[in-house]
Amino acid sequence: MASLSLRLKRVGLPRLIVHLSVLVIVILWLIPTLGILVTSIRDKGQITTSGWWTAFSSSTQTSAGRLGDPSSARQEGANYVITGSVFEKGQGGTVSAFGVRVQEPAAFPVDKPADLGEGETLTVKPDGSYVYSKNAPFEGSRGKRIYLTVSTPPQFSLQNYETVLKGEGIGQAFINSLTVTIPATIIPILIAAFAAYALSWMSFPGRALIIAMVVGLIVVPLQMSLIPLLRLYNEVGNFLGTSSKTYAGIWLAHTAFGMPLAIYLLRNYIAGLPKEIIESARVDGASDFEIFLKIVLPLSFPALASFAIFQFLWVWNDLLVAIVFLGTGRDQLVLTGALNALLGSRGGNWEILTASAFVTILVPLAVFFGLQRYLVRGLLAGSVKGG
Amino acid sequence: MVSQIVSAVGVMIVGVFVCALYYWLSDKVLNLALPVRDGDVTQASRNLNRRAVIRPWLFLGPALLLLGIYLVYPVIATFILSFHDRSGETFVGLANYRWAFFDAGFRQSIFNNILWLAVVPAACTFFGLVIAVLTDRIWWGNIAKSIVFMPMAISFVGASVIWKFIYEYRGASDSQIGLLNALVTALGGDPQVWISMPFWNNFFLMVILIWIQTGFAMVILSAALRGIPEETIEAAVIDGANGWQIFWKIMVPQIWGTIAVVWTTITILVLKVFDIVLTMTNGQWDTMVLANLMFDWMFRGGGDSGRSAVIALVIMAAVTPIMIWNIRQANRDAGGH
Repeated sequence: MASLSLRLKRVGLPRLIVHLSVLVIVILWLIPTLGILVTSIRDKGQITTSGWWTAFSSSTQTSAGRLGDPSSARQEGANYVITGSVFEKGQGGTVSAFGVRVQEPAAFPVDKPADLGEGETLTVKPDGSYVYSKNAPFEGSRGKRIYLTVSTPPQFSLQNYETVLKGEGIGQAFINSLTVTIPATIIPILIAAFAAYALSWMSFPGRALIIAMVVGLIVVPLQMSLIPLLRLYNEVGNFLGTSSKTYAGIWLAHTAFGMPLAIYLLRNYIAGLPKEIIESARVDGASDFEIFLKIVLPLSFPALASFAIFQFLWVWNDLLVAIVFLGTGRDQLVLTGALNALLGSRGGNWEILTASAFVTILVPLAVFFGLQRYLVRGLLAGSVKGG
Repeated sequence: MVSQIVSAVGVMIVGVFVCALYYWLSDKVLNLALPVRDGDVTQASRNLNRRAVIRPWLFLGPALLLLGIYLVYPVIATFILSFHDRSGETFVGLANYRWAFFDAGFRQSIFNNILWLAVVPAACTFFGLVIAVLTDRIWWGNIAKSIVFMPMAISFVGASVIWKFIYEYRGASDSQIGLLNALVTALGGDPQVWISMPFWNNFFLMVILIWIQTGFAMVILSAALRGIPEETIEAAVIDGANGWQIFWKIMVPQIWGTIAVVWTTITILVLKVFDIVLTMTNGQWDTMVLANLMFDWMFRGGGDSGRSAVIALVIMAAVTPIMIWNIRQANRDAGGH
């Protein structure tokens, strides 16, 4: 006892509380995502009958079956007997009780002969096989309907993913999202890097004004741009005789909307590069173009990577720009738009919604865990300095 | 399908190539147009000066063009459109502003936005700070941080599906598959339709944004906490301060600036919140916010550009003080160098 209390003192009760509270926080933060991950691989029927947190234990549900029809009866002594399995082909599980009325699906226990009256007895075994006997010939042409309380073992499969990728258009939307995201992530980097270099290492009148403008534009709400741009796009579309909703249009829009933050982040970094390197290159007769290409660009890799991750996550996760500037047709709908549409049309089908949601968050999560270091660095550069 | 990806990669390569070509060619053209030859020294130095004057604008050109078309022009155009009718052709003076002032839907949105602004930035900053302090003291803190930070990567739409599943409602006789209702029934309560519960449903939507943004606050604040000089804390310990006093009287005052930055960044995000409301309720059951009302008016009945412009301007007006503060801050930083 003495050693335990001594050890507790050393660990410290406050320290234990810290560990416990962080553990609670972590669980709280993880549970929502875990819920859809588990649900997305569960069997469709089980999702609607029990919560996902019970996914790893058996679930109990009521189902109906039909006994063999009277023509399959054999005579055994004085009795007529029908045997078989209450499960249809492909169905499985463990029967825990059964009944003959829908209101009472658990009227009789298994393994014991149940007296159904009129000289009929029915014995159902847990594995679903049954013996149905009567002291007179069976009448009618159809088999008797019975109701079962069945517990099914947990079933996991990738079936839901197959359904959403092929049947619900999520596969196509995934391709569309990639089509939007790849160019809209890479193209702004070069444009912003040149601008950031000019704003860091070239002197010209109005430089401070442009920097101030860029900082101001970072926070301008997207909503301010939507109406005029929608009108502009329609006019350009009419003028060129094409649709106003094109991939080219959304690439340019994302490039422009990402530009203020890109210039700001890259300028912070590029302006902080050692002055001596750039000065000595100038003395050696290198032009600004050469300095930028051969010295500044390679040295700025961490900043470029940070911005690329930001822009990738922002474009991939964007819904507003996509539904305004890109159509909602099947060949243009991006993942966020497709998921939003499914929420409307498949409201209660959680096997479809959870699998689709997981497909949409899969790529950003991979990027996040793979490149977290750059993301954190970019966040710190972007907000601690000013904002 | 594959061809679409190939074409996207192709566009990316062509796009990057065209950009690079522009910068390279414009530089070459500039050098050719303003030659620097050995013969005429005054001409050469004049041309060198002219190059130095023009070149920055070649570098800045594409960026300024994009910023101009996609951000500066629309701000001005939206302002002008707010004084015009739904088609944007007839001048109607302040009619749209008058409409907004008396419209119940607009008032509801303003009220909800204020509610969001009051809760979300405070909650994110508070939880972010608490988690940053706690995780800095334990050996597995970085793993914990990663998990709290993770929702940052998830889209608002994806997060909405995740949380809609938690709020899922089944009739009282069915077994609940939504976590919240399962907890409530396990504790003996009745299952509720959380999302259509007026007023309180706003908070259920806010939880989603708090879940996403707390990680952001935590990362920034954690970095700021690490920047606090050890000596100040050691001195406090020697003076006999307890953990609580150290936190509130030594640590928090030293990171006020960072707290303000986190708070304002999340404030801007909250003002623009759109996806969550669209996917969770589409503004029904009194959850409408400004960004969704604006989007609604943009397309409702063929679209009313005047009214939606007014709503956009209200969001812009709310952002403006932060914008001015940011510009001042940036200017001060630049001046300090």
